[in-house]
Amino acid sequence: MALPAAVLHDLERIVGKGQVIADPLDLRIFERDASITGALPDAIVLPATHDEAQQVVKLAARHGLPVVPRGAGTGLSGGAVTLHGGIALQLSRMRRVIKIDPEEKTALVQPGVVNSDLQHAASHHGLFYAPDPSSQKACTIGGNVAENSGGPHCLYYGVTTNHVLGVRAIFADGSSAWLGGDSLHQPGYDLLGVLVGSEGTLAVITEVKLRLVSIPEHIVTLMAAFPTIETASHAVSDVIGHGIVPAALEMMDQVTIGAVEAHYKAGYPTEAGAVLLVEMDGLRESCTELTGTVRSLLEQNEATGLREAADAAERELLWAGRKGAIGALGRIRPNYYLHDGVVPRSRLPGVLRSVSEIGEHYQLPVANVFHAGDGNLHPNILFDLRDKGVLEQVEEAGEEMLRAVVEAGGTLSGEHGIGIEKNSFMPWIYSPDDLAAMRQVKEVFDSAGLLNPGKIFPDPDREPRLLARAGLCAEARWW
Amino acid sequence: MAVDIRDPKTFQGPDAPSDDDLATCVHCGLCLNACPTFRVTGLETESPRGRIYLMTQWQRGELPYSEDLARHIDLCLGCRTCEAVCPSGVPYGRIIEHGRAELERIRRPNPKSMVVKQALRQLLGHPRRLRLAGGVTRLAQRLRLTGIVGPGRQLPSLAKAWRPPPGNVAPAIGERRYRVAFLNGCVMPIFYPHAHDASVRLLQLAGCEVWFPPGQRCCGALHAHNGDLEGARELRGHNAAAFGLESFDYLVVNSAGCGSHLKDFYANLGARVRDLSEFLLEAGLPPPEQPVNVRVTYQDACHLAHAQRIRKQPRELLQALPGIELVEMENPDICCGSAGIYNAVQPEMSQRILAEKLDDLLSRNPQVVVTGNPGCQMQIEAGLRERGRGDVRVQHLAELLVAAYPKVS
Repeated sequence: MALPAAVLHDLERIVGKGQVIADPLDLRIFERDASITGALPDAIVLPATHDEAQQVVKLAARHGLPVVPRGAGTGLSGGAVTLHGGIALQLSRMRRVIKIDPEEKTALVQPGVVNSDLQHAASHHGLFYAPDPSSQKACTIGGNVAENSGGPHCLYYGVTTNHVLGVRAIFADGSSAWLGGDSLHQPGYDLLGVLVGSEGTLAVITEVKLRLVSIPEHIVTLMAAFPTIETASHAVSDVIGHGIVPAALEMMDQVTIGAVEAHYKAGYPTEAGAVLLVEMDGLRESCTELTGTVRSLLEQNEATGLREAADAAERELLWAGRKGAIGALGRIRPNYYLHDGVVPRSRLPGVLRSVSEIGEHYQLPVANVFHAGDGNLHPNILFDLRDKGVLEQVEEAGEEMLRAVVEAGGTLSGEHGIGIEKNSFMPWIYSPDDLAAMRQVKEVFDSAGLLNPGKIFPDPDREPRLLARAGLCAEARWW
Repeated sequence: MAVDIRDPKTFQGPDAPSDDDLATCVHCGLCLNACPTFRVTGLETESPRGRIYLMTQWQRGELPYSEDLARHIDLCLGCRTCEAVCPSGVPYGRIIEHGRAELERIRRPNPKSMVVKQALRQLLGHPRRLRLAGGVTRLAQRLRLTGIVGPGRQLPSLAKAWRPPPGNVAPAIGERRYRVAFLNGCVMPIFYPHAHDASVRLLQLAGCEVWFPPGQRCCGALHAHNGDLEGARELRGHNAAAFGLESFDYLVVNSAGCGSHLKDFYANLGARVRDLSEFLLEAGLPPPEQPVNVRVTYQDACHLAHAQRIRKQPRELLQALPGIELVEMENPDICCGSAGIYNAVQPEMSQRILAEKLDDLLSRNPQVVVTGNPGCQMQIEAGLRERGRGDVRVQHLAELLVAAYPKVS
């Protein structure tokens, strides 16, 4: 629905000419993120400052327009999709690292700062920002906070919420406040904790204060090949069972290894059934000792071709492969449907078996690449949209996989968020009372339901299946 | 209405991007932050993912052709930074060249595109006409006439044009280890004759007999990048014949854009093409004879770093020079905004990108900026002059390397 010219004019007055996009052709480009569905926004608005963003939200509230914050559009659950139209508040112009305080080890950043740009800025002070989602070269801090993103190194260091000290928030009515402060612990209700991971449904964030960590004295990155996913999974259990929490513990299956190796040439053995990446960091002595223990545990589980990164460049290459894995799967099929269920570690081998059986049943290739250390699966169902009728199969397979996860005592999402891909499954893990309590929180922050509407909560008016929502985006029209 | 996407309705030209190429994009977004036009605008409409999405919908009959659509394709630099970071292996360079070819086929000719096409066809492909134009420009520069018009200020101060040696062969210095062919190129002999002299001498020092095939012409890279694939094919035909006359081990190219095009577009020659830095590092230069005491920063030419993935070689060659101090920019491998003729056809965006490059570059306080492509050299030189920093020299890698080998008279 096109916005009235007067509204567009007012928006332009706030953010400046050229910073409001309402051309139907241009809007097409913003209908999707990195997940598989989309919906057209009515306008894209690009504020350059907190004040501009605040005025836009106020104006939207006055006109009853939905507002959906958007960073780089790399989200994997449809978080940035404007399901009910309205304004996509594109924060990519707010990409300044405002301040790094090396003594306090904090960073104050705008939401459009790209995760790896922050890493780069922090590295000049011997510091780093621990949460490192695989899309870190493109994804923004605002999105990381909204989805409470994880990453390989979150096993040891904790996810985004463990690193956010404060946020400057704009609420649905256009009011604004700083939540949190200079330390991780604030008295009273933890409103900051409520906001982090709220998927843009409670507030728009315009500044974030983050905790930084010292770059460890010593880092060891190990790559190990295993004959099967099972043996690799047992190795993971053994490492953790020994009370060892590595900085990162990641797994890739054979399908993934092949795709990744084609681009990154990281030296992953393509004949292996699975590859584990294990990273230890800390003081040199303790690291070396730990590495010895981990090596022997891996070897006891049939690990072969153990390789230790010789230098920073080799370590970076090993990680580049892991972090580019999802994109690399495009070499196998042009589309993917990715879930990120979490299971208790001991159930990993069983659930992975189910995942592979489901893939075989639907004759769809499945690639597994995941945070093995914390049981966070990432089964990628690979397909080609151009194959007629394939999407029903993909959806059914995906749903079955998630069921297997939940039946094993797991949960729907580890780090990608619920968005519009998993909201209809929320009743599997929450009772009606649980969901009602969460809705009450939403009402307190946004009684009119204007901030990122249609996300997280199951929508009784909508069919659960993505396919049934065909028409949401252009690609849907091709099915 | 359902559209059978295997039977594209709108991409009907023989050079349109293929559906299979377009389908390699999984829409993950990892390319966004690598794209210079996205970085300065923050707009996904000016990003690789956005452009591919538009072309895909255009190709599948979901979007009609429009001037708006063309504008987003036109604004692409063609720097291929996205291609180097894309894990899915999207052949973006090919997609954009073919997308532009399709645009040229469809859109109504406008004066600007006509001028560009004719300039490329009538001038670049003809060494004699180019030399003549160069001579006229040189004269105009001496009479101080070129400063009057904007584009004139972009040009470097011209010296006498480079010509291949008599007999079209330069002998190896010392033992002959290779016989290499040399791409004379179109603008290089006129704009940067010293870079050619230096390149040839370095090749000789590395034990090469250098052959300059007579009858060779412009490689056609600029034609292809601007959607004139027909013009590019014609030049390829000429050059395939010229380079086929005698045998050689490698075809050495000292301009990034040409090297990249030759590797990608010339099926029979491509495998033997080497960038100068790539070849010199492999073949080995004699030990430097004197120090080169300068503080330099290296600007990655896009068609070296991203299209040919050559980053280490020029740096290693530089660092082998005694006395040199190499300081890296924050983003040495982001485009400078030159991008072939982009700075002429998209001056506004080009200047925005250049401004960021100059800030980055000057913050390192170099005496010399080294690069491996004439377009980058010209763009950065003009930008520095405009900022009153003409004291910072811009040189081709070869010019700096050759300074370590003084000529014995």
